[in-house]
Parts: sequence; C-alpha cells; structure tokens
Amino acid sequence: MAAEALVELENVHFSRGPHPVLAGVDMRIPHGAIVSLMGASGGGKTTMLNLMAGTLAPQSGRIRVAGQDLHALDFEDLYRLRRRMGMLFQHSALFTDFSAFENVAFPLRRHFRLNESILRKLVLMKLEAVGLRGAAGLMPAELSGGMARRVALARAVVMDPMLIFYDEPFTGLDPISVGIIATLIRRLNDALGATSILVSHDVQETFSIADYGYILAGGKIIAEGSPEALRASDSELARQFLSGQPDGPVPFHYPARDNYVTALTGSAAAGEVI
Amino acid sequence: MAFLDFVPNLGRQVLLTIPNLGAAARFLLRSLVAVINRHFSIQQLLKQVYGFGVRSLLLMIVAAFFTGMVLGFQGYYALVRFGATSALGTLVALSLLRELGPVLTALLFAGRAGSALTAEISSMKATEQLNAMEMMAVNPFAWVVAPRLWAGIIVVPILCAIFDLVGIFGGYLISVPVLGVDGGTFWAQMQSNVTFSGDILTGLFKALCFGLVVTWIAAWQGYAAQPTAEGVGNATTRSVVTASLAVLGLDFILTAFLFT
Repeated sequence: MAAEALVELENVHFSRGPHPVLAGVDMRIPHGAIVSLMGASGGGKTTMLNLMAGTLAPQSGRIRVAGQDLHALDFEDLYRLRRRMGMLFQHSALFTDFSAFENVAFPLRRHFRLNESILRKLVLMKLEAVGLRGAAGLMPAELSGGMARRVALARAVVMDPMLIFYDEPFTGLDPISVGIIATLIRRLNDALGATSILVSHDVQETFSIADYGYILAGGKIIAEGSPEALRASDSELARQFLSGQPDGPVPFHYPARDNYVTALTGSAAAGEVI
Repeated sequence: MAFLDFVPNLGRQVLLTIPNLGAAARFLLRSLVAVINRHFSIQQLLKQVYGFGVRSLLLMIVAAFFTGMVLGFQGYYALVRFGATSALGTLVALSLLRELGPVLTALLFAGRAGSALTAEISSMKATEQLNAMEMMAVNPFAWVVAPRLWAGIIVVPILCAIFDLVGIFGGYLISVPVLGVDGGTFWAQMQSNVTFSGDILTGLFKALCFGLVVTWIAAWQGYAAQPTAEGVGNATTRSVVTASLAVLGLDFILTAFLFT
C-alpha cells in the first residue's frame, strides 16, 4: 500500500435519518490496485461507493479523489471528475430502450462529437474486450444476466476511466459468468492502468483478484490487508465473515424482546410489535 | 383520545408535506432550466412529443367525438323547450373550448401518458438507470426529465385543439343531420358568439397549464418513488389521482381568473 493514494477517506460519518451507516471510516485506495470492500448485506458498502462517487455527501469527514476534495467541488467540476470514473452496477443498469451497442456508445455520444466510424470502432473494441461484439445489436431484454453485466462493464470502461467502481459484480450469476467477470475486472484494470474498488461479499472470487481488502462491519473498518493477511486476521468478526459462520459476533438470532420459552407460552405472537 | 391524536397527526402530516412540496418545486425548476443544459436533446424531445402526442391521438379523437355528440343531444333537449335550438352551435363550441376540451384532454392525458411517464421514470430509478447516468456525468434532468416535461407542455394544448375540433364536429353531426337543426344557423351562431382570444386562446392556455401540471406531477411521482416493484405501482396510482384532482382544482382557479 505504498503507492500514492487515488482515493482517501478520513473519518467519514454518514447516517440515514437516525440510523448511523458509517461511523468514522478511514480508507486509502492506492493507484493501480484492485481493492475489495467486503461486509454483510446492508452494512453500508454501496453507500461507501456512492460517497466515493460523489452521489452522496458525508455528514462529516473528508473524501479525496485524485487529490480533489469531492464535496468541495461544484456541480461542473464533479461531473468533470466523474467522466474519469466508471461504475458497474449490481443490476447492470443498462438502458432498456437502447441496444447493447448504443448502451456502450451512450457516454461517448453524450460527451464527445465523434465521427460515427471512430465511435463504432471504440464501442466494438470494448465489446470485443468483454467477448460480446457479436451481441452488439441485441436489446438488454435479450441478454442473459451474465451478458448484461459484461455489456455494462464495457459501458463502464468505454471512457477509459482512472477509477472503476464495481457494486456486487458477482451477485446472481452462474459460476462461469462469475469467473468471466472476475477475469475481466483484473484484465481491464491492468490494461487501462486504472484503479478498481470492488464491493462484494463473494469472498473466494474477490480474493482471487484483489490486491488489498477492507472489511466493514458496524459502520467501521474492522480489518484490512492483503487477502492472506485478512484470512489470518485476529478479528473474530472478520473470521466469522470470511469463513461464513452462521453465528458469532454477528448473531444468528435477530434480537427478540422475550426469551424463546416465554414467547411460546405467552399470548403475543413471536416478533409481534405491540 | 382519538381527537387528541388527530391534532398531532395532522401537524405531523403537514410537516411531512411541506418539505415534499419544496422538493417538488425545486424538481420542477431544475427540469425546466435543464433545457439549456448541453445534455438536453431535441431528438429526445421529439421522441417524447411523438410518444405523448401521436400515441394519445386515437384516444383523444374517440373521446372528443362522443363528448361532442352527447353535448349535441343534451343541449338540443334543453334548448328545444325554449325554442332556442339556434344557440346549439354556440353551446357546443363554448362548452368544449372553455371547459370540456382542456379538462377532459388533461384528464385523459394524465391517465394515458402521465401514468406511463411515472412508471417509466420510477422503473428507471428502481433499475439504477438514473444513477448510471449520474455516474456517466450525464445530467438525468436534462436527458430524461426535461424532454418529457417540455413534451407535455407542447403536446397537451395541441391535443386540446384537436379535441375541440373533433368535439365540435361530433356535436354538428348529431345536431344537424340527426336532430334537424339548421346547419347555417349552427355555424353562424357559433361564429358570432365565439371569440378567438376570449374563448379559443384562453382554453388553450388552460390546456398548457394543465399539461405542465400533469407532466410535472407524473415526473415527480416517478422520480420520488420508492425503488421497488410496490413503489412503482404506488407512484403510478398516486400520479393519476393527484394529477386528476390538480387539474380539476386548477380549472376552478383558472376559470375564476380568466372568464370573469
């Protein structure tokens, strides 16, 4: 982690209404690395991606991307910075009224006045990189989940971004597609000289491509390090998460007001809110 | 106890509504201003004008035709008792131009295009398409909302004009060939009693206001919807109900100001 940081988070706090989501998060994402951010569902991982992309603002703390304080930027500067970022969304987020080709071409058409033949070459190059040049004319409804994710990946990298966010890229995919996406993430990151932040709870696939990882729980970073270091972590919480134990510091049972026997013999239904 | 609960509940509801109204007003302003944003596209605007306008045309024509015919019947049976059937053309035209044309066009538009608009924007939100645009540094207000809002403002007055014409024709078909009112009198009375600025233009101005309000409500309900399947359904229902009531309420206010 000696390389210069592209993204830095300092003591970031964020809450939704009265519920704290992040309670003082510090992170450092070095140039050129693939950094994974893992944690339980609903633990604030996607919120962190949105904070780093500037679509949400923290209540306190500072986020710097490429040396710029993200939340001190005005609208135009933030959009200028976002042109150098790409994001692969959990559900692909392809535009349903555009073909695969037009989805990938969309950012180029909106930001540049390119000659149609150049635009076509750029889009086909990206589709070729994800193995879907042959599917350029298909509509999103005609693509399988894995193919849609790959088209979305081509769209995320079509502007050759310096920073790529991946939000749960493996969720809902078959093992072949998971392997393809994981390989593409590594290959594209290295080919583009980009930096990638990968939010996932798929431990095996994530560790197979990540250079460094953070584990988020209870709104804080509870462990960080290389995949090997994380596996050897002292943190019980980290160990429970990485080995997939159903019970541990994160309890199996949702807290109930009465104990089990009382609930069975009592008149109120279990879990009933009175 | 129930009454004691009523007061704080009402207060809470008001306090929840006021920020929502503020957010909706800011949404309208951002959408209207987005027309000067570089991501605003005339092509998108034309596509929406086609979607809202051409695809609503058949519905409008059928509804207008029947409305005009019913007006002809009802007007005839009301006027014939006083021997005043010569005023039937004026009655049909003024009813349509001043009230029924703009109001029915707006209500049908809210049901036909407004509901589809809410469902489209809320689905785009639920499937993260709006977020994806933000991430690609493309302003969703300029690319998605503004073309739809401006299309509504452009299309509703045009649909209203078509509604008025077809309605008057429907009224004529019942009054003259079927009920035997004199054709010359029908048109002559209409011509002398209907004014261009006082009746036709004010009716179209009403339609323009309704177009803005219906499209604003539909777009806002879509944009503010919960990003779930249930949220999309609720937003669509709320959009049609709110827009319809807003049209009727606004019609009263506009009529009070424009025709007194």
